[in-house]
Amino acid sequence: MATVQLFHTCLINEFAPQAGMSVVRVLERLGYTVEVPDAQTCCGQPAFNAGFQDEARTAARHTIAVLEATDGPIVLPSGSCGDMVIHQYLALFHDDLHWRERAAAVAARCEEFSSFVARHHAVAATAPIDATVAYHPSCHLLRGLGIDAEPKRLIAQVPGVTRVPLAAEDECCGFGGLFAIKHADISTRMLERKIAQVIASGAQRLVSCDMGCLLHLAGGLHRRGIDITVQHLAELLDRGDGGRGDGGRGGLASL
Amino acid sequence: MGTEVVGTEVVGAWPHCENFLQVSTQTFPLRVAKALDDPALQTALRTMSGHLRTRRAAAFESLPDADTIRDHARHAKLDTLRDLASNLETFEARVIANGGVVHWAETAADANQIVVDIARHHAVQRVAKGKSMVSEETHLNDALAAAGLSVVETDLGEYIVQLAGDRPSHIVAPIIHLSRAEVGRVMHQHLHTPLTDDPVTLGGYARERLRHVFLEADMGLTGANFGVVETGTICLVTNEGNGRMVSGLPRVHVVLMGIEKLIPTLADLDRFLKVLPRSATGQKLTAYTTLIHGPRRPDDDCGPQALHVVLIDNGRTRLMASESAEILGCIRCGACMNVCPVYTSIGGHAYGDTYPGPVGAVVTPGLRGLHEWADLPSASSLCGACRDVCPVRLDIPRMLLALRAQAAPWQAPAWLNAAMRAFAAVVTRPAAYRLANRVMRLALRRRAREGWVTHVPGPAAAWTTSRDLPAPAAKTFQELWRERSSTS
Repeated sequence: MATVQLFHTCLINEFAPQAGMSVVRVLERLGYTVEVPDAQTCCGQPAFNAGFQDEARTAARHTIAVLEATDGPIVLPSGSCGDMVIHQYLALFHDDLHWRERAAAVAARCEEFSSFVARHHAVAATAPIDATVAYHPSCHLLRGLGIDAEPKRLIAQVPGVTRVPLAAEDECCGFGGLFAIKHADISTRMLERKIAQVIASGAQRLVSCDMGCLLHLAGGLHRRGIDITVQHLAELLDRGDGGRGDGGRGGLASL
Repeated sequence: MGTEVVGTEVVGAWPHCENFLQVSTQTFPLRVAKALDDPALQTALRTMSGHLRTRRAAAFESLPDADTIRDHARHAKLDTLRDLASNLETFEARVIANGGVVHWAETAADANQIVVDIARHHAVQRVAKGKSMVSEETHLNDALAAAGLSVVETDLGEYIVQLAGDRPSHIVAPIIHLSRAEVGRVMHQHLHTPLTDDPVTLGGYARERLRHVFLEADMGLTGANFGVVETGTICLVTNEGNGRMVSGLPRVHVVLMGIEKLIPTLADLDRFLKVLPRSATGQKLTAYTTLIHGPRRPDDDCGPQALHVVLIDNGRTRLMASESAEILGCIRCGACMNVCPVYTSIGGHAYGDTYPGPVGAVVTPGLRGLHEWADLPSASSLCGACRDVCPVRLDIPRMLLALRAQAAPWQAPAWLNAAMRAFAAVVTRPAAYRLANRVMRLALRRRAREGWVTHVPGPAAAWTTSRDLPAPAAKTFQELWRERSSTS
């Protein structure tokens, strides 16, 4: 059986481990043996985006060393971390041939979760889910990695699910990492626009492939008392309730 | 020329203008707060940017090979910039051969002085001005007024801006921040026209006055959308016809252009004219595309007697030597503003200088210095929408990241510097990294109620001004994974 490596990302590790377990179950359902490199830490994107390139390179070298010691495809359940490892490492090491080559070799094995899953035939269905789902295309997945049709197709494959469109769906939710703190007022205005569009869509669930956006959107919805489940695509595809007894509703802060 | 209308005094045709560009002295956060708290501005930004965005998308549908044309335009522009010095010399020689005079201005002050000297040389009193962003950059109107000249902006938006003593907030739609009613009030107050918000009536009031300006001006000032190296041609792309009036009617025409405006050939111009109007206003072609090859020739019966071209550096060569050099390829279409979620939240004035939006966040620190303008590159979620719509595919997010990297050591607050040092110290040691995260996770969990943190302490407190934070999980993914591996 083919083996895949899971780069689980910091936010899934700390805030949404259930989404990580869903990623594992979906990959196993596709017939893969999942391995989780134990020494993985952070890809370095927060430092990179804040302008701390030396610190980002330190994280990148560690991540490259950890991942190149493994075999098979590397799956990242995040467009943002995916874009970092697949594209930005090459920029970080643009004048360092040795590390750039090592980065390129690792990047060639990396693939974002929804893109990886969508290359396979339909994810074996279990029980249907009766839900209206809106999809939020995270910026780094959509524009950084150019992935949009794949997650939408996967959502459409889940029996019982109706996907409703979001107006101006390609507009940023305002997360942007440190941006959300440093320029909290601008970030909040962007969030409020996105929330208005989510409400207008009539969706019961909001699904995305990036935990950063999802934390931001979930926190914004909760503060405003709006009951819309926010979850990673893997959780929707997993559908099993993972022993939580919530009928697969899952999502953030349903712990 | 125009003597028959002199004397039929129309109120405000040549107003005394003392309050041109007012450069904001407020800090970026204050300007942002003011913009976010202005409901009329918010509505105007939302409506206009949405409108321009829809029109742009529709216009590009009629250009099936858009991607190829954009690639070509990008390379034409960047190749010209790579060999700019010799291209400028060729362009200068062609303009001179066409009968024009070329001036070189290193700074804004030099540029303004050159224009004042040209005006004096030709005994000019009245100046009619077409739209020129580089003249906003050099604060030319102030300099001309100080030299005792009358100047009137003839682009409708810029005319309103001038009347109101305001500043443009968008490079293509300068009064995107004003509603029709506000425009009516500005005209009523300064021109004593009857109060109305009907755009056609308001346009009529302006036309009535601007006609006098066109006919009575001694000198016309315009910018340049493109300068064609091959032929020494100046290309103006306009919709109101004022560019053609200003460049054709007065006896002297002065063209102000940044040195980055060059493109190689007329064949290239054709490609730029396919993408610029589509990107800027969603038009396949603007109402007027003017190609200027020199002043009036002996057998011409109209046109200016003299053509002066002022080539302005004002920081551009310094920008060229930086990691932001690519931004000089910008053709000033404004599409990046219309799609930018930050620009459409805070508007153009919040950016504090001539060029707002994503392009401004790179250009302003480049021209004015990063130290005073480091807030601009940080005010982006790096969503990449600007890169997607740019007709010449400028990688603005990459340049914002490069500026952040330059600014980080001195701009980042002490806590962030400390956090980044700590991050680098633990990120290569998984056990230490886990421990550091565990400390943070437990601290946040202690504050959580029913799965949510409603007040985050310390430097990240701004998160919970408007958002809750889902509590971190009781067990990390790594812990769940290890448990599963040990039981199976």
